[in-house]
Amino acid sequence: MTLKPSFPRAVWAMLVKDLRLEFHTKEMFSALLIFALLVAVAFSFAFDVAPEGLREVFPGMIWVAFFFAGMLALNRSFASEKQNGCLQALMLGPFDRSAIYFAKVIGNLLVMLASEVVLTPLFFIFFDMRLDGSIWLLAAIWLLATFGFIAVGTLLSALAAQARASEILLPIIVFPVITPVVMAAVKSTAGLLLGARLVDYAIWLKLLVAYDLIFLAVPFILFEYLLEV
Amino acid sequence: MPQAKGPARDMTQTLGLLAAVAVFVALGLVFLWVPAERVMGDVQRIFYFHVASAWNAFLAFLVVFVASIAFLRSGSHRWDTLAYCSAEIGVVFTTITLITGPIWARPIWNTWWSWDPRLTTTLILWFIYLAYLVIRSSAEGSQQQSRLAAVFGIIGFVDVPIVFMSTRWWRSIHPTLIQTDKMNMEPSMVFTMVFSFVSFTILYAFLLSYRVRLETLAERAAALKRDLRR
Amino acid sequence: MSQAAPLIEARHLAKRYGERDVLDDVSFTLHQGQCLALFGPNGAGKSTLLKLVAMLIRPSNGELYLDGRRVGEDQDALRRRIGVLSHQSFVYDALSARENLVFYGQLYGLAQPAERADQLLSQVGLDLFAGDPVRTFSRGMIQRLAIARALLHDPDLLLLDEPYTGLDQKAVAMLDDEVDRAKAAGTTIFLISHDFAEGLRAADRAAILYRGRLRYFSDGPVSPEDFAQTYQGLVG
Repeated sequence: MTLKPSFPRAVWAMLVKDLRLEFHTKEMFSALLIFALLVAVAFSFAFDVAPEGLREVFPGMIWVAFFFAGMLALNRSFASEKQNGCLQALMLGPFDRSAIYFAKVIGNLLVMLASEVVLTPLFFIFFDMRLDGSIWLLAAIWLLATFGFIAVGTLLSALAAQARASEILLPIIVFPVITPVVMAAVKSTAGLLLGARLVDYAIWLKLLVAYDLIFLAVPFILFEYLLEV
Repeated sequence: MPQAKGPARDMTQTLGLLAAVAVFVALGLVFLWVPAERVMGDVQRIFYFHVASAWNAFLAFLVVFVASIAFLRSGSHRWDTLAYCSAEIGVVFTTITLITGPIWARPIWNTWWSWDPRLTTTLILWFIYLAYLVIRSSAEGSQQQSRLAAVFGIIGFVDVPIVFMSTRWWRSIHPTLIQTDKMNMEPSMVFTMVFSFVSFTILYAFLLSYRVRLETLAERAAALKRDLRR
Repeated sequence: MSQAAPLIEARHLAKRYGERDVLDDVSFTLHQGQCLALFGPNGAGKSTLLKLVAMLIRPSNGELYLDGRRVGEDQDALRRRIGVLSHQSFVYDALSARENLVFYGQLYGLAQPAERADQLLSQVGLDLFAGDPVRTFSRGMIQRLAIARALLHDPDLLLLDEPYTGLDQKAVAMLDDEVDRAKAAGTTIFLISHDFAEGLRAADRAAILYRGRLRYFSDGPVSPEDFAQTYQGLVG
C-alpha cells in the first residue's frame, strides 16, 4: 500500500464531515453518555456491596458499561452512510478505500474518548472510588482499551451495516471478538485501583498493545473486501 | 458440470464408509478394549471423544480461515461454500466438546463448569462461530453474504490465540485447581487416543464433503428455480 | 473518428454471483464524447454493468479498459474522472447543501471546493437554500443537489443509473440541460433507462441488455419508435 497525498486528504475530509454530523445530531455521544450512566445505576442496585467489595467489582462495572454503551453508539457509525447510499459515493472516490475505515476509527475513537472523559469522573464519584495510582497510567489504559474496542468495532459495524437486522447483529459479533480487550481492560484497571505494582499487570497492557496493533493491521487489509457491492 | 458430480459422489461415499468403520472401531477401543483410568475410572473414557471433538472443531475453523482467505483472493464460490460448511460442522463439534467437558468435570472436579482457560476459550470460540453463522443467515440471499462472512471468518480465527492467551493469564492469578495435562497415559490409552483422533478426522472429512455436495446441489436447484420463474 | 483509445472498452466482461451469471461475455466500446443509452428488463444486469464501469465491483472474467488503461491497480486516477448519478441522492440529510458539496469537493481534491460548490449551487438554482440542511429540502431540490454533486469535479465520464426515475418536471428539465451541456463539452455519457423517449433523447448509441448478454448495440442514433420495435423483437 502506497501512501498517496489523496489518502490523508480523504481521511481528513471524512473525519471533519463525521464530526460535523455528530455535532449536528449528537447521536453517538448522547447514546454513550446516557446508556453508560443507566448501566451504572443498574449496577448500583444489582451489586449492593460494601465499599471494600466495590473496589473489586468497580473495574468490571466501568468497562462493561463503556463497552455496552459503545456498542450502541457503533450501531450509528455507518447509519448516515447507508441513508442515501453515501457509502457508495465514498467508494467511488479517488482514494484507497481503507481511508474510509481509518476516518471512521478516528472519529469513533474521539467521540468515545470524549464521553469517557465525562463518564469516568462520574463513575468514580457515584461509587466513591479514589485513584491512588498515576492518572497517566489510567489514561494509557483507557486509550489502549478504547482503541482496541473501536478498531474491531468499527470494522464489524461496517460489516453489520450491510446485513439485515444490523442493530441486533452488531453486539453478537463484536462481543466474542473483544473478550481479550474486556479481560485486559478490567485486569489492568483493577491492578491500578488496587495499588498493585505495575510489573504485576504490565502483561495486560502488553496484550492491549498487541491486540490494538493486530486489529489495526487486519482491518486495513480486509476493509476493501467488506465494501464491494 | 455434470461430469464433476461423479467423482465427488464417489469420494463422499468412500469417506462415509471409512468414517463408519473407523468410528465403530474407535467405539470398540474406547468402551471395550482400553482399560479404565486408575484414578478417574470409567468416566475418563469420554475424554477420547471430548479431545477428538475439540481437535475437529479447531481443524474445522482452520479450514474456515484458509477457505475465507482463498475466497477473498480468488472470488471463487467453491471456497465460500467450503468455509460455510466447515463452520457449521465446527460449531457442531464445539457443541459436543462443550457438552462432554462438563459431563467429565462433574465427577472429577465436582462441578459442572469451571472457567478454566481451555473451557472458556472453547465457549468463546463457540460464540464467535455462532456469530459467523448469524452473519450468514442475516445477509442471506444478498451478494455480500459471502464476503461479509469471509471477513469475519478471518477476524474470528485471528482472535482465537489472543483469547486463549488472555484466558490463561486471567486464571493464572487464581490458583489452578487441577492440572489436567499431567495425566499419565498408558500406551494402550495413547493408542486409543490417536485412533479416535484419526477416526474423528475422517468423520470430519466425510461430513464436510457430504455437506459441500448438498449445498452445491441446493444452490443449483435454487438457480434452476430462479430461471424457471423468469 | 480517429481517437487514440476508446474511453470505455469492455472485453468479454462477465460477473457471476455464486451459481448465477449476472453478466456474460459483454463487449463494447464507447469513444470520447459519445452518449450511450442502455435498456433492458429488470434483472438484466444493467446496474451490474454500470457498477463494473464505475469500478465499484470487479469482473469475474474479461477485461475493462478505461481511456486505454486496464482497470486493475491504481484506479484512483481513473476514479477521479468519473461522475455517478444514481436514483439514490448520495447526500447527507443532516448537512447543508453547501456542506455536502464542499465535502465531496474535498474528497475529490478540488483546489477551491467552496467556490466550486457555490458555482454549482447557483447553476442548479439552490443558492438561496445553500445553508439549509438537506433534511428540509423537497424531493425535487434533493434531486437537483444530487445532479450538482455528480458534476462537481467535472468528470470526463458521466454514469447515470436510472436518472429520470422519480424526477419532477423541473429536475428533468435541469438534468436534460446538464446532459446537453456535458455533451457539448465532450463528456462521455453512459446512462441506464426504462423510458425510451427520455433515454434516447441525447443518445447517439443505444444498447439492449437481456439476461446478462448484450443483444443489441447500435452504431448511431436511433429513434424511439424504431428502437421500440427492436426491443419488442428481442425482449418481447
